[in-house]
Order: sequence, then C-alpha cells, then structure tokens
Amino acid sequence: MSSPQEQHIAAYREEANELLAELETSLLELEEQPEDNDLINRVFRAMHTIKGSGAMFGFDDIARFTHEVETVFDQARNGKMKVTRTLLDLTLQSRDQISAMLGASAGGPPADEARGQQIIAGLQALLPQVTPKPIITETIIADDKGATEQICHHTFRIRFKPEPDVLLRGTNPAALLNELRDLGHCDIIAQSENIPLLHNLTPEHCYLYWDVILTTIKGLEAVKDVFIFVEDDCELKIELINDSCSLIQGTDDTYKKLGDILVERGDISPVEMQKILSMQKRFGEILVEQGIVPAAKVESALKEQQQVRQVRQERTVTSPAAETSLSVRVPAERLDHLVNLVGELVTVQAHLTQTADEKRDGDLISIAEEVERLISELRDTTLTMRMLPIGSTFSKFKRLVRDLSAELGKEIDLETSGADTELDKTVIEKLNDPLVHLIRNSIDHGIEMPEVRKAAGKPTKGIVHLGAEHSGDSVLVTIRDNGAGLDKERIRAKAIEQGLISAATELTDKEIYNMIFAAGFSTAQKVTSVSGRGVGMDVVKKAIEALRGTIDITSEAGKGSVITLKIPLTLAIIETLLVRVDTHFFVLPLSMVEECVELSRADVAAAHGRHLANVRGALTPYLSLREQFEINDNQPEIEQIVIASVAGSRVGFVVDDVVGEHQTVIKTLGKLYRDVQGISGATILGDGTVALILDPATLVRSAELAGD
Amino acid sequence: MAKLIMTADDSASVRQMVSFTLKQSGYDVVEAVDGQDALSKLGSQKVDMLITDLNMPNLDGIGLIKGVRAGTLNKFIPIVMLTTESQEGRKQEGKTAGATGWIVKPFKPEQLIAVVKKVLG
Repeated sequence: MSSPQEQHIAAYREEANELLAELETSLLELEEQPEDNDLINRVFRAMHTIKGSGAMFGFDDIARFTHEVETVFDQARNGKMKVTRTLLDLTLQSRDQISAMLGASAGGPPADEARGQQIIAGLQALLPQVTPKPIITETIIADDKGATEQICHHTFRIRFKPEPDVLLRGTNPAALLNELRDLGHCDIIAQSENIPLLHNLTPEHCYLYWDVILTTIKGLEAVKDVFIFVEDDCELKIELINDSCSLIQGTDDTYKKLGDILVERGDISPVEMQKILSMQKRFGEILVEQGIVPAAKVESALKEQQQVRQVRQERTVTSPAAETSLSVRVPAERLDHLVNLVGELVTVQAHLTQTADEKRDGDLISIAEEVERLISELRDTTLTMRMLPIGSTFSKFKRLVRDLSAELGKEIDLETSGADTELDKTVIEKLNDPLVHLIRNSIDHGIEMPEVRKAAGKPTKGIVHLGAEHSGDSVLVTIRDNGAGLDKERIRAKAIEQGLISAATELTDKEIYNMIFAAGFSTAQKVTSVSGRGVGMDVVKKAIEALRGTIDITSEAGKGSVITLKIPLTLAIIETLLVRVDTHFFVLPLSMVEECVELSRADVAAAHGRHLANVRGALTPYLSLREQFEINDNQPEIEQIVIASVAGSRVGFVVDDVVGEHQTVIKTLGKLYRDVQGISGATILGDGTVALILDPATLVRSAELAGD
Repeated sequence: MAKLIMTADDSASVRQMVSFTLKQSGYDVVEAVDGQDALSKLGSQKVDMLITDLNMPNLDGIGLIKGVRAGTLNKFIPIVMLTTESQEGRKQEGKTAGATGWIVKPFKPEQLIAVVKKVLG
C-alpha cells in the first residue's frame, strides 16, 4: 500500500464493490418496477462509473466488458428497449462476472472468459438491430511520427472568429492565440470592425476576431488541436498556404500580390480589385482610403505575404548554401577578444623584430621576418572577420526617406549602390547616426518641392543616392542628391552674420562649404521638424572624425550636392607614421599624411615667426608639436614637417624626426584622459615605449581657436 | 499562488485520482461529491476551474454547468466535463450549457494535465 497508484487501485476496488452491491439492489428493485426511470438511471450510472474508473486504473478487461453491458442498457435508458426479464437476468449475470473479474485482480480465481462472451452475446441479441460496435479503446495518436521525416515549414492562414458568448463558455481566446504562438512564428492581427457602439455593447461578449499567419513545423492536426474545444462554436478557417517541402509551391520568393490574397480570402471581390488596380497607387493604401477594407485586414494580408516570402527566401538561401559554404555564428565579444589578442601579438612582434635587429643575429632576424609575415596575414584575416556589408544599414534608410519625404510633401527616391561593401562592425554601428543626419539634410534642404523642381525643368521626383565603395584602406560613403545644391552666397552671408568670418575674407568654394560644419550654423529659412536647428552638421563632423574619417562636400548650384565620407576600414589597428620629438614618440594616421619636408632654422626666420612654410611655392601653415606639448630640450637644427590633409586643407606638423611607418594597435586612453584634446589614443611600440596617437583635426581646430 | 480547481464526481476513486494528479502538478484542489454539493460550494468560493462528471446523483453535470454559468462568482471559469465516448449527445448538451471543453473517459493523468493547462491558458 505504498505508491499512490496502488492506493488508487485499492480505492477503486472498494468503490467498485460498493457500486456492484448498489447495482444488484437496483436491478432487483427494477424487476419490481420495470418502468422506473430513476432506477434505470441508477443502474446505468453505477455501470458507467465502474467502466470509466476501471479504464483509468488499469482494469481494461472490466472496462471493456462493462462497456458492452452499458451499451445495451443505454438502449433501455433511452426508451428504445423495454426492461425485460431476460435483460435483467443477463445484467445480473454481468454484475457477477464483473465481481469475479474484480476478485481475480485482487488475487482471486480467474474469471471465466467464455462465460463473459456468452453474456455479451446474449445481451447483443437483445439489441433491436444488431450492430456489433467495434470496441473502442482509447488510442493516443503518436505525435512523434513525423520526427524522422524532413522538417517542413507549413504556413497557415487562420481566421478565428469566436461566437460573441465565447467568454461565457469559459474559453479564453487569448490563451488559444498563445497556444498558436507556441507552435511557431506567428503574426496575429486583431480585427475590430465588429465592435458595436458603446450603447449596444455587451461587456461580457467578445466582438473581436483574429487573422493569424502561422509558420510552423507542425502539421494541420496540431493547429486544429488548438481549437479542439471551440471548433463548433466559432467560425474557424485554417488554410495551408505554403509548404516548404512541397514541390508545388513556387520556388521564387515573390508570393502573391496583396490584392490576390484579399480576393482569395473573400475580403474583396475580383471586380473591386480590378477597379483599384487601374488607379495605380499602393494597392493597400487605396483600399483603406476608399473604406473597402479596414486597415487591419490589409495588415493581416500583408503579414501573410511577408511571412511566406520570408520562408521561401530562407529556403532559396539555405538550400544551395548548405552545399557550398558553411558559416559559423560567433558572438561578437569573442571576435573582439580575438582582435585584441592579435593587437597584442602585433606589439610583441614589433618588439621581436626590433630585438632581432639589435642583436644582428641572422637566424633570429629570419625567424622574426617569418613571424612578421604570418602575423600580418593573421591580422588581416582577423579584421576581415569583423567586416559586415554596409547594406544592412542602407536598407533602414529606405524607410526613413519614404517617411520623411511624405511628411514634407516631396517626391524622393533613395537609390543605393555598393551595399556589399564591407566595413568593420563597430564602424557601421557608429556610422548610422551621421548618415541619418546627412540624409535628412539632403531631403530637407537639398531636394526641392515638386513644383519648384518642375519650374526648374527637372523631374518632379528627386533622387538621393547613397553609395559605398572601397578606396585603399578606407571606404568612401557618398550621399548624393540632385536637388538645389548649396547656396554659396547664403552660406557666406550667414557665416558673416554669425561672426564666423569677416566680410572681407576670401574663401574658396570648398572653404565656404565647410562653413556648414561650424557649430550652430544653419541657413534654413525656417526650422522644420526635420532639420534646420543648426545642431547637426558639426555633430556629424565630430562623429566622423571620431571614426578617424573625413567628410567632404562638393556642390553645384541647381544640380545638387555630394557629401563624401572617407572612413577607415577598422578601428582596431591602423597604419600610421611614427614621428619623434626629443624622446617622445607620436603617431599620425597614415591615411591623412601627404608628404614630409624639411624645416630649417633659416626657413623659420624667413617666415618672420609666422608658422607658414613655403612648400613648392604654396604657403602651408604648420603647428609645432614641440610648442603644442611644451617639449623644450634638444631642438635639432633641421626639423621635419609632416604635411597632412586636415578638413580639406594642407596643414604641417613639425617634428624632430620621422621614424617611419608603423602598424598601430590602438589603445584607448583611460577615463581620466577622456577630455584630452588632440590625442585620440595611445599605442605601444616594439620596445615597450608608449606613443601617443595624434588627432590632427582637433589639433588644428584648437590651434585656430588659439590664433583667433 | 497555485490555481484552485474543483473536481465534482460521485466516484470517490475518480475524485481521488483527479485530485492526486492535479496536486502533483502544483494545483490546489477542492472536491465535491455531486452537482448539488459542487454548486453550493461554488456559490461562496471562487475557483479557477471546474472539472465535472456528467452522471451524478442529485444534480447532474449539465445542471451544474448551467448553474455555474447562471451564477456570478464563477460565471466565467473554464469548465471541463468528463464524458465517455458513448455520450456524444450529452457532450453536445454540456457544451450548449456552457462547458469549455471535455475529457473522454478513460483518460491518463497526462491527458488531464494537458487539458487543464490548455483551458487555464
């Protein structure tokens, strides 16, 4: 009597014996009053309980036998059969038989099976029309039968419209929808069109119905099972609309047009569809505008389109790829860690090379060279692993352009090119905000209103082109529009008005365009919700510079403007020029360096103390790192000027000595040095010396401010 | 808090089995020996669900379901009836009265739990 199961069995036996006793009394009473329905019910109930409980506690034989007796007695209960002497005799015999079977299970002598058959045969003979029903035994459908089959993605279109009083049946529609969600990818759209006005609304009723697009690996049965209790009390339509394993499905990823889906669902008629189609606009929008179909129904059809397309796309993408190339998904942190390790390795390798050179040991040098070659390959491979196509960012802008142009009443298309150009993951992330800003600017300031464009003889539809291409160790991202172009005069006037330049200043076109990057600068006549507050372009410039990139503008009045961003491929390791001032080392990003020239004391004297050098006839301003960092000892006779291109103009940086090219593993300065100007990081040289990474743009800016 | 489920059945062994199965799965159970008993208990006690047999003395399952749906306290609870395959008509009657779902007897403990989970959401 230990396990609960045994306790249950014991309880059943006890109960069954009680029921059998009651059955006997009832049957005997029934003999006296064969017409008493209450008595018939009592007999039936007793047998029913013996049967039902018997099957649950493992007394299958008793359940089977009692079922037969019950079936016959049910006829009597329903008045289809008279309670006769023979029936009562046989039922009493059945009672004894059940009692014997029960005793047998408790260790008594086995019941006589032949006798059982006899009784049943006798009972069945009493039935008006003999239909020996097959014995129903509960079979559980094995639900793992599909496990060995190919996994198929079925997409179902389900419309579940419960009757209003569904809640009064204790059914929770939300729970059913949740069950669907558990089956796979599920888009659920609630249709609210049947909700009546408040004074007609019964709070206990459910007026909503739902359209569901479900993609699941389970079959139709599993979906139907969800609705098993409600299928009779609701309008339920389950249709298989796509099956990834079926050969019948289209292999292309286009799927049906929105209109066809709605016609198929019976939400609109084919005639209505043709009428709308002839109007040439976005089909769904017109349907909603015209009030033919509520927005939720269109949304639901769109979801279906989307999900099936996705499934088909996955299919077309995965099947050929599985054969040719395998890809592994790796968490980004692990890659970052790998890049850091490679960075360390590059530093160690520099140390090794330097030591080998100092030792002048031929063997060691050849090993160092070998290591250097391998590490540079390792570095390149590692860095490309973090590369992602920039296209993922591009696709986001399609939506931005669409929404903004609609808001402003302009007609603008976004074109993209070079979406497969690869850039470091972190760079792509940081590029997002500046690009949003630049595209907003193009839409708001660049592209004109359709009427203006028409008057200027241009197509009413403006084009913003977003492109990316490789250029050496950088990527060029261009934002080109065919709008009005920058208005030089207005920028100049505004710059003078804001005191950024004096009225007499002569500026090249490029310098004028660069004015728009000044903080607080805006030429927009009115501030729109899109842009014009003058915060923006300077922030964009700073963001691009933080990526060690540059920004450049060209423009032609009436034709449009082009903004070019030059972004380094990666942020972790860069090619730099290593320079020395006294005992201190600095590095400059090599991408900015244009040339190196000498600066003698005589040249300095000739310039009368102004920081200008004559480089092949062109006056080039320079700033001295000695002065900048207050290094006063051991100034050599002849210094070197490293001429770099900063914000479109050539600026020199005076150093003692140019050491040479250096692969720089960028280390960020600690939090403490976050606000330091002119230094963007540090790196460790081969011998362990720290070199600071110069940020030419901020150095030049602070020098300009100091000069004012 | 554990959900409270009432099992109404005139068979002590079924009540015991249902109650044991539910308790093992973390539900609280209150038992009723027939429809009358169940209805009077449900008049004063809020439960989350009712599992009822259809054939019971005094007040049968159909009567009980109608009574619960006509009341206030437990008006919207899910009600699952225990039926047998020979009671197709009774099942329909039960649904009309407001039953949420049904379990066909005989059933296994895991089938019971699956249905309970389904209707409780």
